[in-house]
Amino acid sequence: MARKIGEVILDLRHISLSFGGVKALTDISFDVREHEIRAIIGPNGAGKSSMLNVINGVYRPQQGEIIFQGEHRKDMDTHAAAAAGIARTFQNIALFKGMTVLDNLMTGRNLKMRCNFLQHALWWGPAQREELEHRRKVEEIIDFLEIEHIRKTPVGRLPYGLQKRVELGRALAAEPKMLLLDEPMAGMNVEEKQDMCRFILDVNDQFGTTIVLIEHDMGVVMDISDRVVVLDYGRKIADGTPDEVKNDPEVIAAYLGTQH
Amino acid sequence: MQFFLEVLIGGLLSGVMYSLVALGFVLIFKASGVFNFAQGAMVFFAALSLVGCMEKGAPLWLAFILAFGIMTLLGIATEKFVLRKMVNQPPISLFMATIGLAFFIEGLAPLLWGNAVRRLDIGLVDEPIPWILEHWNMVISKFDLVAAGLALALVAVLALFFQYTRVGRALRAVADDHQAALSIGIPLQHIWALVWAVAGFVALVAGMLWGARNGVQFALTFTALKALPVLILGGFTSVPGAIVGGLIIGGTEKLAEIYIPPVMSGIFGGNFGGIEGWFPYVMALLFLLVRPEGLFGEKHIDRV
Ligand SMILES: Nc1ncnc2c1ncn2[C@@H]1O[C@H](COP(=O)(O)OP(=O)(O)O)[C@@H](O)[C@H]1O
Ligand SMILES: [Mg+2]
Repeated sequence: MARKIGEVILDLRHISLSFGGVKALTDISFDVREHEIRAIIGPNGAGKSSMLNVINGVYRPQQGEIIFQGEHRKDMDTHAAAAAGIARTFQNIALFKGMTVLDNLMTGRNLKMRCNFLQHALWWGPAQREELEHRRKVEEIIDFLEIEHIRKTPVGRLPYGLQKRVELGRALAAEPKMLLLDEPMAGMNVEEKQDMCRFILDVNDQFGTTIVLIEHDMGVVMDISDRVVVLDYGRKIADGTPDEVKNDPEVIAAYLGTQH
Repeated sequence: MQFFLEVLIGGLLSGVMYSLVALGFVLIFKASGVFNFAQGAMVFFAALSLVGCMEKGAPLWLAFILAFGIMTLLGIATEKFVLRKMVNQPPISLFMATIGLAFFIEGLAPLLWGNAVRRLDIGLVDEPIPWILEHWNMVISKFDLVAAGLALALVAVLALFFQYTRVGRALRAVADDHQAALSIGIPLQHIWALVWAVAGFVALVAGMLWGARNGVQFALTFTALKALPVLILGGFTSVPGAIVGGLIIGGTEKLAEIYIPPVMSGIFGGNFGGIEGWFPYVMALLFLLVRPEGLFGEKHIDRV
C-alpha cells in the first residue's frame, strides 16, 4: 500500500469500564497510528463496542487515560470528540430515520458550519451561501458512495445494507480525522460486503482517514487491517499484525471456545 | 346554505386558534419526543406577562417584545435546570418533568403578576365585518379573521423553517435520535433552549389572541386540552398536521353544535346543547381507532 502510516494519534492507557457489577473492559491499553486501519475483534460481549464508546465519549471509563492528538484526558465527551474530528457509525444503525439521505448527510456537516444557529434561523445571506457550499461537499460524498439514486429517500425505507452505507456517509460528511466503525458489514450479503470493503479502503487511501473498525468476518479483517487488537471477556489477549494475531494460541482458543 | 357557510367559516377560524396551541406541543414533541404538559401553563404565563407589561405602561409592541424575552428566559431555564439532567431518559420521565414544570409555572405566574382576571386589549374588536355582512349576508368576525391570519402566517413560517433551514434539520435530527445527534456534534442544549423559546413565542401569540377574546385568566391553561384532539387528528410530529387538525376540529365542532341537537331532540326528546364541549374528543377517539399515528404523523414500526 502506498499510504504512509504516521505517528500515534490515539493512545488508550489502562482503560477500565464497568456497569454496576459487569466489567466490560479491564485494564486495556493500545494505540492507533495516523492513517492506519486498526481492527478490534473478539467474541460477542468481549467489550468491542464499549471500547468504541469510550473513544468517542458515549461511555466514561472509571479508570485510565485517553490521549488524542497529544491531549491527555480522563474521558471523552461526545461533543468534544466530534469537534476534535472523531466520527463514527453504530452497531445498531443510528440514522435519523424520518429524514432523507441528503438531510442525514447534511446533519453530518453540522460542526463544519461557521454561521451560528441564529443566523441560519434568520436565513441570513452568508448562512445561505454556506448552506450551498456544504451541499456541494455532501453531493461529493453521495457520488463517492454511489447513492445518488436514493438521495431523497427517507432513510427508514432503505434496506439494511444501504442504511449502513448512508451512516458511513453521514460520518464522512464531517470530514473526520478518525473514523470509528462498529460492525460496518454485519448483516450484509457478499456483494454488499465487497462494496463496503472497497469504500473503507478508498476512504483510508484517498482522504487519509484513520480507521478503527470492529468486524466479525475474519477474512475481511485479515484483508484490510494493518494491525488488530483482540479482546475477550473485556481483556486484551493479543495485539499485532493480522498474521501475528492469526497464529496466536490464545486467540485461537478464544475463537474455538466460543464457536465463531 | 348561507347559514351553513357562516357556521363553517366561524368554526374554521376558531380552529386556527386551536392549531396555534397544538403547534406549541408539536414543536416540543418534535425536539425532545415528549408531550409537554406545561404548554397550557405557558400560554397562560405568556398572556399574563403581556398584560402585566402593558399595565406597567408599555405599549402593545413593547410589551410583546418583553413578554417574548420572558418566555425565552423561561425556555433557557427549562433546558438548563430540567431537560439537561434528563438526556437519554425514557420519555415518561421527561413527561413527568413537564407536569412538575406546569405546576411551577402556574404557581409562578400569579406570584409575579397577581391573580385577578385581566382584560387584554390588542385593538381588535370582535364584530362582524360590514362588507361581508352587506354583500354575503354572513356574520364573520373581524377578530376571528385577523387572528386566524396571524396564526396561519406563524404556522407557515415555522413549517418552512423546519423543512429548509439547518436549525430545522438539526432539530429533526435531535428528535429522531439524541445519541446519534450528540455523536455528530449537534449541540443538544442549544437546540432544546431554542425550541423552548420558539414554543414560548407560539404560546405568547396564542395567549395574546385567546386572552384578548376570553380575558386573561387561569382558564387559559385549559386551552391545552383543546389542542389534544387536534394533535390526535394531525399527528404529534407534524406542523401541517396541527393546522389541518385544528381546522377539522374547529369546523366540525361548530357544525355539530348547530346541526346535531335538533336531530337528537327529534329522536330522543330533551335538550342536546353543549355538544361542542365533547364532540372533538369523541372524534379524536374514533380517529385513534382508525389511524393512531394521526393524519400526518409518522408511522412507527419497530424492528424486533
Ligand atoms: N450500556 C450498558 N449497560 C450495561 N451493560 C453494558 C452496556 N453496554 C455494554 N454492556 C456490557 O458490557 C459487555 C461488553 O459489551 P459490548 O461492548 O457491547 O460487547 P461487543 O461489542 O464486543 O459484543 C457485555 O457484557 C454487555 O452486556
Ligand atoms: Mg458490539
